Amino acid sequence: MLDRIAALGRSVLDSIAGAGAAFFMLMRALLGKPQLRKSWPLLMQQMYSVGVLSLVIIVVSGLFIGMVLGLQGYTILVDFGAEQSLGPMVALSLLRELGPVVTALLFAGRAGSSLTAEIGLMKATEQLSSLEMMGVDPLRRVISPRFWAGFYSMPILAIVFSAVGIYGGYLVGVRWLGVDDGAFWSVMQSNVEWGQDILNGIIKSLVFAFVVTWIALHKGYSCTPTSVGISRATTSTVVTASLAVLGLDFVLTALMFG
Amino acid sequence: MHTAHSSASVKPETHADDDALVVIDDIDFAHGFGAHQVYRGLSMRIPKGKITAVMGPSGIGKTTLLRLIGAQLRPQRGSITFAGENVHALGRSDLYELRKRMSMLFQSGALFTDMTVYDNIAFPIREHSQLPEEIIKTIVKMKLEAVGLRGARHLMPAELSGGMARRAALARAMALDPELIMYDEPFAGQDPISMGVIVKLIKELNESLGLTSIVVTHDVAEVLTIADYVYIIADKKVIGHGTPTELQESDNALVHQFLHGEADGPVPFHYAAPSLAEDLLGAKDA
Amino acid sequence: MESRNTQLAVGLFVIIGVLALLFLGLQAANTSVVTNGDTYKLYAKFDNIGGLKARSPVKVGGVVVGRVSNISLSGDYYEPLVEMTISAEYNEFSDTTSVSILTSGLLGEQYIGLNPGFIDDTVEMLKDGDQIYDTKSALVLEDLIGQFLFSQGND
Repeated sequence: MLDRIAALGRSVLDSIAGAGAAFFMLMRALLGKPQLRKSWPLLMQQMYSVGVLSLVIIVVSGLFIGMVLGLQGYTILVDFGAEQSLGPMVALSLLRELGPVVTALLFAGRAGSSLTAEIGLMKATEQLSSLEMMGVDPLRRVISPRFWAGFYSMPILAIVFSAVGIYGGYLVGVRWLGVDDGAFWSVMQSNVEWGQDILNGIIKSLVFAFVVTWIALHKGYSCTPTSVGISRATTSTVVTASLAVLGLDFVLTALMFG
Repeated sequence: MHTAHSSASVKPETHADDDALVVIDDIDFAHGFGAHQVYRGLSMRIPKGKITAVMGPSGIGKTTLLRLIGAQLRPQRGSITFAGENVHALGRSDLYELRKRMSMLFQSGALFTDMTVYDNIAFPIREHSQLPEEIIKTIVKMKLEAVGLRGARHLMPAELSGGMARRAALARAMALDPELIMYDEPFAGQDPISMGVIVKLIKELNESLGLTSIVVTHDVAEVLTIADYVYIIADKKVIGHGTPTELQESDNALVHQFLHGEADGPVPFHYAAPSLAEDLLGAKDA
Repeated sequence: MESRNTQLAVGLFVIIGVLALLFLGLQAANTSVVTNGDTYKLYAKFDNIGGLKARSPVKVGGVVVGRVSNISLSGDYYEPLVEMTISAEYNEFSDTTSVSILTSGLLGEQYIGLNPGFIDDTVEMLKDGDQIYDTKSALVLEDLIGQFLFSQGND
C-alpha cells in the first residue's frame, strides 16, 4: 500500500517535472538574443520541411472535405428548399472549424510526428549532447527554428485548406449539382464576416500551431533515446497533440462564438 | 582559435592541483529522484597533458561521469572543477564559454547526419568564430589530414564506416583546439585495424598538441598501452588507481579480476538472485 | 544551390498563403464592411423580436446598411430594445421611418427592415442615439398558426 502511494507520488512528481521541463525548454528556446544571420537559413530550412512539404496533403484533403461538404450540405438543404445557403454553410464550416482543426490534426500527423522522430533520433545518436558539449545551445540551434517554422506554417496551411475547401464546395455545388453561381457567392458573402469568421479561424490556428509544435518538440526532446522510446514518443505526439487540439477547439469556440 | 586562455591563467588557491586539469571531489549522483544511485563519494584527479583511462564494468555509468564533467548533469553532492573553475557553479553563458575549451568524442560519433563531413568539422569553427571561409577551409583540411580523411570530406556521415565516422568525429572534436578531449568508449565495436588506428591517433594527438585526454573504456589491453594513469570504477566509487604497471601488480581482488577478465570473482557472474535450488523448487514468485 | 531552392519554395509557400487569404477576404467574406467605417446608432422598441440576434443585418429594400449591435430589455414593462449600428453613409433617414422584423424565406434568418419615411419640411432627420417609434414586431409562427386555428373554429 505504501509502495503504491510512493509510486503515485513519484509519477505526480515526474509529470510536474515534465510540464516544468516543457515550459523551460520553450522559454529557453525562444528567449535570448536572436542571431538573424545564423537563424534565418535554419528557419528557411525548417519552413521547407514543415510547411512546404505538408502543402500537398493539405490541398488534397481540403479539396475533398470541401467537396464532401458541398455534397452533404446540398442533399440536406435541398429538402428545405434552402440550397442557396450551401455557400455560407461550406464557408462557415471550413473557416470556423474544419480549416483550423483538420489542418492541426493533419499537421500533428505529418509534421509533428516527424519533428518528434527527428529530434528523438538526434538525441539517440548523441547529436544534441554533442552540440551542448561544443558550446552550442541545442535549444536555440535545433528547437527554436523548428518551433517558429511550425508556428508560421500552420496558419498558412489552414488558410490554404479553407480556400481550397471552399473551391471544392463550389465545384460540387455549382458546377455539378447546379446551385446558382451568383447566389452561391453572394449568400456566402452576406454571411461570412472578415473579423468574426476569417480572423477568428486564423487565431484558432495560431493557438493550435503553438500547442502542436510545442508538444511535438518536447516529446522528441524528452524521449527515452532508444528505438522503443522514439516510437513511443512519436505516437504520443500524435495522440496528445490531437486531443489537445480538439479540447482547445471547444474552449476557443465557446469563447469566440458562444 | 580564441579559446580563452586568459581565464585559465587566473588560478584560484588550489596549489596542490597545479598539475590537475580536472578535479572531481567526493560526488554523489543519482538519476531521477534518487531512484538509481550511480556514484557515492567518487573522487578523481585528471593530470594535465596526460592520458587518463577510466575503466570499469559495463553499466557502471562511465558515460555519466563524462557528462558530469561537461556539466550536462549535476551531482547531488560534491564538486567538479575544470582548470580551477567549479563547472556546476557557472552561469549558462559562462558554461558554454567553458565548454569551448573541452570536447567530447561520443560513442556513436554523433556526426550531424544532415551535413557533409567537411561541414561537420567546420561547424564548431563557424559557430564560435567569425573567421573567413578561406581560413576555415585550411583548418578543416588540416584536421582531416590528421585523421587521414582528407579525401572523404565530401561524403555524408551515412556513407562512412564506423571507424571512419569515429575518426571524422575526432577531427571535429579537435576543431577548436580544446585543452581536454573526453573519449567515450572509443574502441567499442571497432575492428582490430581501426582500433589500432584510433589508439595511435589518441596517443599522437596527446603528444603533439599537449592535450589532456580522458579515455573511458572497458577495453583493457588497448588502453593500458597508451594510458599514463588509470582509474577503475566499480560499485559507485573508485576501487583502484595508479599507473598501468602499478595496477598490474595490485593485489586488490576486484582490480585483478577486471584487468585479467576473469568471469567470476568479487564482481559476481550472477545477477543478484535467490539460490538456484530455491528458485526452481520453491517457486515463490512463478 | 540547395539553400536557394529551399528559399524559393518557402517564398512560393508564403505567396500561396497570401493568395488564399486574399481569395477568402475578397470572394468569400462580405467586403463592404458596413459596420467597420463611421457609424451611428439608432434604437427601436418591439413587442416581440422573434429570432432576431445581435449581428443580424439591417436592410433597406434588401440592401444591408447596418447591423444589430445589441438587444436588451428596457422600461417598466421589459420591452425588447434593439440597438442598430448604421453606416454613416446612410444618415438621411427621416423620423417618420418605420422598422419591422422580417424573415428571409420561410425558415431563414430574421433581419430588420428599415422603411424610409417621407421627407418634407416638417420632419427631422434621425441622429445618433435617436429612437424609431414606428415598429412592427416579428411574425411568430406559433402565433400565426394559433390565429389561423382560432379563425377556423369561428367559421
